[in-house]
Amino acid sequence: MHPFSKRQRRILPGFGLSMGYTVFYLSAIVLVPLSTIVISTIGIEPERFLAAVSSPRVLASYRLSLSSAFFAAIFDAGAGFLTAWTLTRYRFPGRRFLDAFVDLPFALPTAVAGICFATLYSPATLPGQVLSRFGIELANTPAGIVVALIFIGFPFVVRTVQPVIAELETEIEEAAQSLGASRWQTFRKILFPHLFPALLTGVTLAFARSIGEYGSVIFIAGNLPFKTEIAPLMIMSKLDQFDYDGASAVAFVLLLISFIMLLVLNGVQRWQQKAYR
Amino acid sequence: MQQRQNHTASPSRTPAKNDPLAVQAVLIGLTLLFFAGFIFMPLALVFSQALSKGWQLYIDAIREPVALEAVKLTLLTASIVVPINAVFGVTAAWAISKFSFKGKTLLVSLLDLPFAVSPVIAGLIFVLLLGSRTPFGSWLGDHGIKIIFATPGIVIATLFITFPFVARELIPLMESQGREEEEAAITLGAGGWRLFRMITLPNIGWGLMYGMVLCTARSIGEFGAVSVVSGHIRGMTNTIPLHVEILYSEYNYTASFAVASILVFLALVTIGVKTALEQRLEGSHNTRH
Repeated sequence: MHPFSKRQRRILPGFGLSMGYTVFYLSAIVLVPLSTIVISTIGIEPERFLAAVSSPRVLASYRLSLSSAFFAAIFDAGAGFLTAWTLTRYRFPGRRFLDAFVDLPFALPTAVAGICFATLYSPATLPGQVLSRFGIELANTPAGIVVALIFIGFPFVVRTVQPVIAELETEIEEAAQSLGASRWQTFRKILFPHLFPALLTGVTLAFARSIGEYGSVIFIAGNLPFKTEIAPLMIMSKLDQFDYDGASAVAFVLLLISFIMLLVLNGVQRWQQKAYR
Repeated sequence: MQQRQNHTASPSRTPAKNDPLAVQAVLIGLTLLFFAGFIFMPLALVFSQALSKGWQLYIDAIREPVALEAVKLTLLTASIVVPINAVFGVTAAWAISKFSFKGKTLLVSLLDLPFAVSPVIAGLIFVLLLGSRTPFGSWLGDHGIKIIFATPGIVIATLFITFPFVARELIPLMESQGREEEEAAITLGAGGWRLFRMITLPNIGWGLMYGMVLCTARSIGEFGAVSVVSGHIRGMTNTIPLHVEILYSEYNYTASFAVASILVFLALVTIGVKTALEQRLEGSHNTRH
């Protein structure tokens, strides 16, 4: 008997077939392949696992991936909120055009974004030269990684905050203002607390995506050991040396971090739903 | 773990008292500044670099046989991956949105798993599962089937990466549409296939197309996962993004950006189609909450 059928009356046809195929395809493409990381990690002796995951170079890469994703997400919180606000509240020429281009980071292949930022901020091109005159070096530095991740995470924040701003009740603002609150007070005390859960969801999404990001980062990062090697790159370089155990171990920890982020996200979203009920 | 698909709702009314014009001007200016630096400058750079040595070199770089092979492999991959994941997306959305069962929340979050996994790990798992080092992979190898470092590996890794796109788009859409229409059709004696073709498919058409557009864009542009499983055999297992990387790492910047401009062009088309579909989709969503 099918594990899910509880003998309740179902009018529509195709439950068994569609559920069966869904579970089968999910297992074949996602669950079974993902389990290989766990299985091959279990196969490694504990000392070798620890040695692989806690080598200074790997630790540095985890630290870099997490910290650059964090700073990029913080920047995206500001830029994304600002963009969502201006695009939904104001009317100005080119607004729809900008709105469509919010999705560029989703649509543009990461490798293309990668070579763009690497070239843009290299010492050989004008923007790179201008910034370096102000003492800002982006090529082959963690700051450059943050720039690439800001690009990647940006649409996540805009697209989660935008609909909540669009649905703001104007009555509340008007009530606050008729009671004598200034615009800034209304924003700080009423609008922002209302928008905050959505902002947090967007920022968490951007952060989670940035931790595993590879294509847009490796070109501008320069991949200097201990300095600008991100965690996914460590997996890649262990694979290149046919060190499958090492690659699995590093991947296992990264996967663990991603799943923790998923749980956090779930909590944040549940909180958001509660906040908007 | 994609953005939640909120089809950009433009509010029907602007707030009665909007921010002072000076504030608006400053904030719009800051937004424009961000877009200039992070969105439009990179786009302009691609074309200026691609054409920096003239049209002839640009066209030569694109028409080079290795580049054409990469284009072919990319299109082949997308043409296999998108239909398979579209069929899955419709099937999963049917099961999840039209029936109630235990464990639905878990199933829906499992569908999102590929979004949470680093592309490099997405490639790694298939090397661990199907590579020649593994029992299954070596058995396949003995029978002359090569998956990793060959085209099938690229297809499978791309299937994983683009797995959630169509399902994610259709589940909320079909849930908002409810099941009354289908139930009425069944009561009136329609068969399963007829029901799907006459009622469900027309209702979800735009959403399905939207999901497939996102799925296509990602399958063409995927880099990390494909990079792990491809083995980088030039002209054999190179997709367009991998070809861009190879040219770039060979310091052949002009050619690299020329090939990248194909991808930029496709990204712009994707954005255009997406925007057009979003407007139609607002009509498909039945807002009965």
